[in-house]
Amino acid sequence: MNNKFVIAVYVENKFGVLTRVTSMFTRRGFNIDALTVGETESPEYSRITLTMSGSGYAKQQMINQLRKLQNVKKVEELEPETSINRELMLIKVCNNPETRQDIMSAVSIFRCKIIDYSTEALSIEITGEPSKINAFIEIMKPFDIIEMCRTGIVALERGSGSILEKSDH
Amino acid sequence: MNKTGSQILIEALVEQGVDTVFGYPGGQAINIYDELYKNSDRIRHVLTAHEQGAAHAADGYFRATGKVGVVIATSGPGATNLVTGIATAMLDSVPMVAITGNVPCDLIGRDSFQEIDITGVTLPITKHNYFVNDVTKLADTVREAFQIARSGRPGPVLIDIPKDVQMALCEYEVKEPLPLTVNEKADEADIQAAVELLKSCKRPYIYIGGGAIGSGVAEEIIAFADKIDAVIGCTLMGISAVPTENPRFLGMQGMHGHYASSMAQNNADLILAIGVRFSDRTTGNKKKFAVNSKIIQLDIDFAEINKNIAVDVGIYGDIGDAFKRIAEQTPAQTHPDWITFVNKLRKKEEAYDMPTDTLTPKKAVQIINSVTTPDTVIATDVGQHQMWAAQYCSFSKNRKFVSSGGLGTMGFGLGAAIGASIGSGERTVLITGDGSFGMNLNELATAVSTNVPVTVVIFNNGVLGMVRQWQTLFFDRHYSNTVLDRKTDFVKLAEAFGAKGLRADNAEEFEAAMKEAFATDGPVVIDCKIDKDEFVLPMIPPGGSMDDLIAEKGAIK
Repeated sequence: MNNKFVIAVYVENKFGVLTRVTSMFTRRGFNIDALTVGETESPEYSRITLTMSGSGYAKQQMINQLRKLQNVKKVEELEPETSINRELMLIKVCNNPETRQDIMSAVSIFRCKIIDYSTEALSIEITGEPSKINAFIEIMKPFDIIEMCRTGIVALERGSGSILEKSDH
Repeated sequence: MNKTGSQILIEALVEQGVDTVFGYPGGQAINIYDELYKNSDRIRHVLTAHEQGAAHAADGYFRATGKVGVVIATSGPGATNLVTGIATAMLDSVPMVAITGNVPCDLIGRDSFQEIDITGVTLPITKHNYFVNDVTKLADTVREAFQIARSGRPGPVLIDIPKDVQMALCEYEVKEPLPLTVNEKADEADIQAAVELLKSCKRPYIYIGGGAIGSGVAEEIIAFADKIDAVIGCTLMGISAVPTENPRFLGMQGMHGHYASSMAQNNADLILAIGVRFSDRTTGNKKKFAVNSKIIQLDIDFAEINKNIAVDVGIYGDIGDAFKRIAEQTPAQTHPDWITFVNKLRKKEEAYDMPTDTLTPKKAVQIINSVTTPDTVIATDVGQHQMWAAQYCSFSKNRKFVSSGGLGTMGFGLGAAIGASIGSGERTVLITGDGSFGMNLNELATAVSTNVPVTVVIFNNGVLGMVRQWQTLFFDRHYSNTVLDRKTDFVKLAEAFGAKGLRADNAEEFEAAMKEAFATDGPVVIDCKIDKDEFVLPMIPPGGSMDDLIAEKGAIK
């Protein structure tokens, strides 16, 4: 059975480390839905958050193979119940007098922001759980989406702990 | 004291106790070679005919000695020629440090002459690799490379050093080698779970792979097999861990394993797997593999637990420690019915075998066994001859069987045999085929110039026998491109390289040739005629199970 998993990976903040991680995915045939990478609380490490679909076997294999990479410091699955997930999307839709008001209402209901306005287009910023973003895209489809760009999930565990403190096995 | 990058590289190798390296010079490695020239009293450099041969030699050097093999090559084609050798080492968990030169940093990324991104190329076939663009990091990189290559589950590490870094100066001070990372100790709960299964087993089969050799537990395994009245089988990589003559040892199992070993595994009620990864060549159809059996798997690589086969108890950690804890806590047992059953399998296996005076592959291996000593290293290439060697060669010490298992690299043998012989100082027999030997026979030049006591036995059947065997069985005898029909005269070829060449068309001639080779100081090539329709049997067809076993040639239509 295929499920979605969110996995957080601390890697050494060095040249070429992202390539090492993604090269392993290709070699082992893992399917990645989304991947984000950025700075962390420590300049030594970057944090990769990746979303994958697959069986429990594939998830465990991916975690195991990630842990074997020399530049990987920590790998943890972030379970939906015990973690906070957010994604950012920028979306550009056609702006015309007939639809403008409907778009503005949706923006208001979804609590997102219009961040660029031209006579032909509106650009909207929305943050939230992926399901909220998916729903917003559905609403926008009739208004002619010109371009959109999603960041992929970033996630943290709930509570006061850091995944770096957890043991591996 | 200030030293250049090349000097630091040499010093860092000496720190690690390296006294032999294999390689081939070139434009972007010339500074390193200049230092090798000046340090020839400290490090012996063995020049091969081709970088691939050097990589296989470094690999064979480790397999026969347990010491990390080192190979050096220049940038571009020099580096890419190492690729097959590095991949071979990766798939068989062989620690190797490969050092490549590269173009100076300011020429990187400009498609400069002989520039290649070798760290990119070798990403999936190394345990780790480095591009060193700062001379102050070089010494520590070499230290770390050796540590990574040897620690945990070993593997190859590549260090790519641009020419300007080889020339740059920086402070260097001698340091002790880094200690290996400490292997984690297995969870006591897992050990207990294993002991519980072992207590109630009736038909135990201890299944050992390369990890059993690497962790040095072979003797404890034999003692434990005696204690719980178990039989022992192995993978290709586990050959020579347990002496062939041990009464509990059934030999290799799997696609071309011994009948008794594969059958016993299939009938066992408990498999204690030590340092094996359940490769498809050993399991066949995974759904039908060992269905009657509980499986306990011990491995130093947690990613191997449950990777290919779902096991009942997976034990991750130091194999030596975990195995000793299991052995101590498991009470002694006797299983006379099981042993009787296995002995019947052995009788049946023996019955498949007709004694013969003709030079069959088995006869040829038996003649080799009669000439070798316990210290002789047996190397192989890949194909039918490799399986015959795996099935019939006799070993009484470990690290005496040098063969490419995971990658199955034809052309591995000659370089590996040279490296094994140089490393161990022992006479080495390479069992090869005319196909495999044809791939890298250029290394005869290396064998001659180093005057190694390597006896090359070519099982010459004029065909690519293993593929031909599959074509016979599964492709209606369409012998597509497997009939070599070459006119190569291997005796003259050997002589042209400066080696001794001998020909053997029958058993007597082969025995005489082997004896002559073993009395010769230096390499000898024996062209040994084998019938092209000899089969490697038994055979479990690919993706098949024990139900599909082809045990004897009479069963082939």
